[in-house]
Amino acid sequence: MAPILETKNLTMQFGGLTAVDNINFNVNSGEIVALIGPNGAGKTTFFNCVTGVYTPSSGDVLISTDGKAQQRINGLKPNKVTEKGLARTFQNIRLFQNMTVLENVMIGRHTKLKSGLFGAIFHPKSTLEEEEKVIQDSYDILVEVGLEKFVNELAKNLPYGAQRRLEIARAMATEPALLLLDEPAAGMNPHETKELDEMILKIRNTNDISILLIEHDMSLVMSISEKIFVVDYGKLIAKGTPDEIKNNPEVIKAYLGDVSDA
Amino acid sequence: MLDIMKYFTLKEMKKSLVISIWFMILTFPIMVIKVNTIENTVVWRWASLLGMGIGSFIMATLWRYLLERKNMKSPLSTKKTLQMRVVEWANENPKVKPIALIAVSIFVLSFPFFSGLYQTSIMTTALMYVVLGLGLNIVVGLGGLLHLGYAAFYAVGAYTYALLNYHFGLSFWICLPIGAGLATIMGILLAIPVLRLRGDYLAIVTLGFGEVIRIVLENWNQFSFGPSGIAQIPRPGFFGMSMNLQTATTYIYFIMIAMVIFTIFVVRRLENSRIGRTWVAMREDEIASESMGIDITKSKITTFALGAFWAGMVGVVFAAKTTFINPASFTLWESVMILCVVVIGGMGSIVGVVVGAMILILMPEYLRAFSEYRMLIFGAMLVIMMVFRPGGIISNIRKKYKFEPAQAAKNADKEGVR
Repeated sequence: MAPILETKNLTMQFGGLTAVDNINFNVNSGEIVALIGPNGAGKTTFFNCVTGVYTPSSGDVLISTDGKAQQRINGLKPNKVTEKGLARTFQNIRLFQNMTVLENVMIGRHTKLKSGLFGAIFHPKSTLEEEEKVIQDSYDILVEVGLEKFVNELAKNLPYGAQRRLEIARAMATEPALLLLDEPAAGMNPHETKELDEMILKIRNTNDISILLIEHDMSLVMSISEKIFVVDYGKLIAKGTPDEIKNNPEVIKAYLGDVSDA
Repeated sequence: MLDIMKYFTLKEMKKSLVISIWFMILTFPIMVIKVNTIENTVVWRWASLLGMGIGSFIMATLWRYLLERKNMKSPLSTKKTLQMRVVEWANENPKVKPIALIAVSIFVLSFPFFSGLYQTSIMTTALMYVVLGLGLNIVVGLGGLLHLGYAAFYAVGAYTYALLNYHFGLSFWICLPIGAGLATIMGILLAIPVLRLRGDYLAIVTLGFGEVIRIVLENWNQFSFGPSGIAQIPRPGFFGMSMNLQTATTYIYFIMIAMVIFTIFVVRRLENSRIGRTWVAMREDEIASESMGIDITKSKITTFALGAFWAGMVGVVFAAKTTFINPASFTLWESVMILCVVVIGGMGSIVGVVVGAMILILMPEYLRAFSEYRMLIFGAMLVIMMVFRPGGIISNIRKKYKFEPAQAAKNADKEGVR
């Protein structure tokens, strides 16, 4: 079966700077994959290329959801990419601050709904039913991530850890085949990280989706991911299981510097 | 009361004193020196300097005290605002809402009969601004797109009726949808080039657009009759009945009432719909909403189009009401005025916009005695609003949903009041 996400020779250049350099990468169905690397290695740029925020300079981004044939999604707009089944969160939280927690999740359901202007103004039965369903579905998602007590709270009033979880809930609402998490544990304390760890595993196990995460918290990465890709200066320098990565001299060099440098 | 006393320390007094001295120096030339050019004498009015000093001292102290008090409140404080308390009270007493509604409708329906022609006329103007404000509210309040050329759409509506009537003799009721439709098309035409713009840049382009429309109308004599405008536009008809001025004014008043109700109905439904949510999401964060599957292009075009729709409709009524239009009615000032209605009333809040329009349009009319200070009061009000109530007089409260803790089967109990 084709991998759910595959990139072939993906390159992203900004002027003379090559932020992502010839990366071959793949996520198989049901896997939790981590993308790690030092700061400025090009991880988020890679994410942005995959999710349509940037159009890659060259190479292919291929996705295959529900066992369908691979599709090339280079240059598709982010909203189209989301419709195809890729949902993401952001490194610096990007919630809809002045909307309630429930509404944030309801926005995530957007692509699954149909009602348009006519429905909004004339409230035919189909729209009313659809609205009732989206409210219920969104609430259920909040229950799943344990945020139901904040349901009518404005997103900006939530504690930090809860905001991170709400971002994941919002992404989950789009019913993705692949969930891309950009540093989900950033700024969390060890206790919150552990909760997040459990949540990610639970999401993967109950919803049967794949997860790709960028993370700096090594304990989280090593404990949950099944496959790790390491990038440095835009290049893929290693891939393998957590144990392989831990002992890879290239990776240690990238993180700690060469012995001869010291 | 204790915290007030704590505030009046010597240090604060010193600050106020410095401010008052500064103001005395600043206003010295206009407040103190009075040159009598006929007798070539100078009158020194020291008393007014003293008055200025004391006045600015008190104002400065009060201003900083209020600021301090505002800053003391933490953004997360659970202390309820007056608005929240009123909403809660209304929710607890279910009888309040229908009674208030009946009282308002009786007042509104009987208004033209107990007030005079003049009162009815200015109330109609205020109602027009309610609709304009609600229309712009879609663009600015919900969509978060700063639009400074809104009067252009208003002009499109007005000129549609005036010109179609002049050339083809089309009646008000036929022109009403045509005007609204043409304005909507203009809205889409404006939306396409500004899709990539945000914030300041968007404001500049829309401002330019507004001026372009006005200048075209002013200079294209063959088309729009230039600055002399179009006169003798007929008032709306009622099955060919001939009406005197009094009846016609009352009639337009009721047309506007119907239009306001229609607008509130539609906007209210829109803002809680799937489309309305995408607008708010777009206002909050464009990148995030795009990655949630929202088509930003479509969202922006619908906000501009639907915002323009109302302006076009009111434009037709405006032409019919004043029976004369020229480009001077659609200046930048008009756009700014409508924007002020939205900002002062409360961005994104329907009740806020209604209240804002009433205050901004009716206040200058009833305060004719102070008309010299109108701009001064207006400016002061804006500054005070922005500092103390940035959300507007009546800020928008997001709709709340009730869920039963165990089985959340029965949901969507509308709790929020706007």
